Amino acid sequence: MSADTQISSTDQPPLARTPLFDLHVGAGARMVGFAGYEMPVQYGHGVLYEHNHTRAQAGLFDVSHMGQALLSPKTGGADAALLMEKLAPGGISTLGEGRIRYTLLTHADGGIRDDLMVTRFGETVWLVVNAACKTTDFAYIAEALDGHATLEVQGRALLALQGPQAARVLARHLEGVDQLTFMEARWVGWRGYELLLSRCGYTGEDGFEISLPPEIAEEFAVALLDDDEVALIGLGARDSLRLEAGLCLYGHDIDLTTSPAEADLLWTIPKRRRESADYPGADIISTHLASGAPRLRVGLLPDGRAPAREGTDICAPDGASIGTVTSGGFSPTLGRPVAMGYLAADFADPDRSVHLMVRGRALPARVIEMPFVPHKYVRATK
Amino acid sequence: MSAVKFTKDHEWVSLDGDTATVGITAYAQEQLGDVVFVEMPEAGKTVSQGDEAGVVESVKAASEVYAPVSGEVVEANPELEDNPALVNQDPLAGGWFFRLRLSNAGELDGLMDEAAYKAYIEELD
Repeated sequence: MSADTQISSTDQPPLARTPLFDLHVGAGARMVGFAGYEMPVQYGHGVLYEHNHTRAQAGLFDVSHMGQALLSPKTGGADAALLMEKLAPGGISTLGEGRIRYTLLTHADGGIRDDLMVTRFGETVWLVVNAACKTTDFAYIAEALDGHATLEVQGRALLALQGPQAARVLARHLEGVDQLTFMEARWVGWRGYELLLSRCGYTGEDGFEISLPPEIAEEFAVALLDDDEVALIGLGARDSLRLEAGLCLYGHDIDLTTSPAEADLLWTIPKRRRESADYPGADIISTHLASGAPRLRVGLLPDGRAPAREGTDICAPDGASIGTVTSGGFSPTLGRPVAMGYLAADFADPDRSVHLMVRGRALPARVIEMPFVPHKYVRATK
Repeated sequence: MSAVKFTKDHEWVSLDGDTATVGITAYAQEQLGDVVFVEMPEAGKTVSQGDEAGVVESVKAASEVYAPVSGEVVEANPELEDNPALVNQDPLAGGWFFRLRLSNAGELDGLMDEAAYKAYIEELD
């Protein structure tokens, strides 16, 4: 790359920084531009180390670039949870107090505007959306629910502590950690500040996300890092961890062109919402529900060691193109490449043999059920 | 034993008689991160200077390896198939990629020596 091309970026807005920017740089992070932010892609020990550390102990992620907002009903109006069901096909109005739901903002054309977490507190809901979508999402929600609800975007930091030691480590600093199970949240105090503690994450491990005021983000992170079990984890390992867990990356595995049925996310639409069909895109998604989607998101296990990256063509053994890889890389846990992608529905059954076209060669692979690495969520026992 | 030469694409070449051993530099492996897969040219293949000769992949991304000089591939490092991490651990020796029989030794003169390469990567940082 020549020096000229590096200077001519005046039309690009400057990258924003999270409250942990100085901590990242001080910890030796390699910083990259991501969704408008300068974010750590990895620290000194590298992606493999960070990945394995998270699976074995506890990894600390800065996800402050993500969007957080509180949706509150106007006086006398319907619950925010009920209002959100106008925009998302999930079971949100049925959420109990402090319960979290993974859901989708669907588009009238049947595609996905974003995937998000919604937590119910009384008449309000707390939203966490993807960084790259947050400006659009929040403008859309505020506009769509105008007159019924108020959306307050939060300037808070967001950390994630993920891994088998996460609960034990966090319990040394916060009250109530053990009272939460997977997909539950509560407000807790720390040094005079209010933190929102949610037992969820993006790695497949047990873990927590902690929303906190920006002015104490570094202090809290440093307190966690004081524990030998805790290491800082960058975006590189965040991506390999979520891929092993079979979780979608918005803009890659799901977007405006993928319906929830195609994305294998119908489990996020409960029976009540399927029957009422009163969310954006319900007509198309109902058709997919009734007669099947034309293509499906699947897991792929390539033979051999060559990773198949995003954009790789998937072919039937006779050479016909039947799909595309949307996320692909190396699984440190399995020690082999893994991928996910979309396949024509006729070819999407588990164990089906397909070819991945990597650098002009057909590499054999087979369709496999995800996750690649089992989830280890701490669920409520009923 | 001749001096090692370097390219702007961060490959190194070390000459022994008319055989050149090729690898990637310490700087390159540092930038790539953990190497998980290496694809090398087969013996007998003829490459021209600047041709794509192989691929090195980290957890996150794939990068091309270019032929720093023209010649015929004599051998690829068999160790890298089962142990691609050698590229990170020992980039300048055990992590070599392939050997070429040079077809134009003059091409080496256009490459950087160690001091020039050092200055080059300092400018990149």
